[in-house]
Amino acid sequence: MKHSNGIPLCNLELNKKAKVIDLKCSENELRRFLDLGIVKDTILTPIFKSPFGTPTAYEVRKTVLALRKETAEKIIVSEAE
Amino acid sequence: MGLTSKSTGTKILDEDIFKNSKTSDFTIGLAGNPNVGKSTVFNGLTGMHQHTGNWPGKTVSNAVGTYSYSNKTFLLVDIPGTYSLMSDSEEEEIARNYICSGKSDLTVVVLDATSIERNLNLAFQIMDITPNVLICVNLLDEAKKKGIHIDFELFSELLGVPVVGVTARKKHTLNKLTQAIYDVCNGKIKPSPKIHFSKQTSKSNTVSEILKKSEEICQKVCTYQKQDYNERDRKIDKVLTSKLFGIPIMLLFLGLIFWLTIEGANYPSQLLAKMFSALQNQLYSLFEWLHAPDFLTGILIDGMYRTLAWVVSVMLPPMAIFFPLFTFLEDLGYLPRIAFNLDNCFKRCCASGKQALTMCMGFGCNACRCRWM
Ligand SMILES: Nc1nc2c(ncn2[C@@H]2O[C@H](COP(=O)(O)OP(=O)(O)OP(=O)(O)O)[C@@H](O)[C@H]2O)c(=O)[nH]1
Ligand SMILES: [Mg+2]
Repeated sequence: MKHSNGIPLCNLELNKKAKVIDLKCSENELRRFLDLGIVKDTILTPIFKSPFGTPTAYEVRKTVLALRKETAEKIIVSEAE
Repeated sequence: MGLTSKSTGTKILDEDIFKNSKTSDFTIGLAGNPNVGKSTVFNGLTGMHQHTGNWPGKTVSNAVGTYSYSNKTFLLVDIPGTYSLMSDSEEEEIARNYICSGKSDLTVVVLDATSIERNLNLAFQIMDITPNVLICVNLLDEAKKKGIHIDFELFSELLGVPVVGVTARKKHTLNKLTQAIYDVCNGKIKPSPKIHFSKQTSKSNTVSEILKKSEEICQKVCTYQKQDYNERDRKIDKVLTSKLFGIPIMLLFLGLIFWLTIEGANYPSQLLAKMFSALQNQLYSLFEWLHAPDFLTGILIDGMYRTLAWVVSVMLPPMAIFFPLFTFLEDLGYLPRIAFNLDNCFKRCCASGKQALTMCMGFGCNACRCRWM
């Protein structure tokens, strides 16, 4: 199934690859995302969740990164195959 | 090592670095992402003992040390680890200021061989500021374990700066680095970064461009012999952070350490106490022999000596057991997993999962305290 207008990263199922299409955040947060290597077109895969549901670990550029739900909400992705 | 010690190492102001640099021939800055082993490289070269730790953000201010090679002295500056130079956390500011100041003749950028793609972001940002850059790829042993092979010659050719691979934990592998630093400082090798990023309208455009370039270079330079090169790590991580096992495993680990500390400390504690009380009797006899007045015996032996002996015999053994065990957990890399598991709980009280580490340290004190009571 294809989402034409994207979903927030936090709603993505585990192990589903997705591509960043938009970052809905302030300038400051944007810089943090840049530091982490998250920009438009970056591929992310959620790989596991903390026992309490958040944070979730994502695979990005061959490394693993943990993002809290409220952070991942701001990353809009669309499923990539 | 121990998380209690001031993790900042020697705090040295920039002026001091400047003063020091007058007495040495060359000044070298050590930059890189957090937790790539900069401090380990620093210690390996200078023979100093900066605190190293298996979690990002260990070093938070510049530390300096010197070493000599071929009759030249080199001043080495351990810069705090950062992912980028564009944000404004304190560490990034220290790092950026230092690199921009041009006080060093050469900036060595340390990369983690297992995640070169992410690490290159910072390297490119630094190469945009100064051409005098040497890339040092660390953690080669880890890369080898994961079946990652890196073509250093091609890497160096693509970037236009020298690239050396080391395993900072094994000192002899650092020889290549010392030689390369020497060669660059003496002008034998001239770094000239080939890839530049045109001034973009926004930082985000610049970074996207850098990331794209990093991906491209990484694809050419790194070969992954095992397709599932981090499959095993992932599997372990999944169990350690799963709903079912995550918390029980954590409690088990911490409980085990707690138990070992409390139980294990009994024996040496008793031994110490026995020793001290034997010594105390000797002291009494000595004071008697000296015809010391009662009040003096009271103050010195019953007061000072006994309290001290008590504190040492109760506190020393659990600490001597707890901290090495804790360091072991740290080396396993388990602490960030604890932080990951507990982040949500800590967030509720406006802290972050990282505080879990501090809390675990608190356990050490609790262990001592349980014994005390
Ligand atoms: N296996 C292996 N581990 C290493 C190597 N070099 C460093 N380490 C370990 O990596 C961890 C991080 O090392 P540090 O030297 O503290 O890293 P750092 O770059 O100074 O980190 P920050 O100060 O947080 O920026 C430590 O646990 C080191 O023992 C290496 O070559 N091989
Ligand atoms: Mg350090």
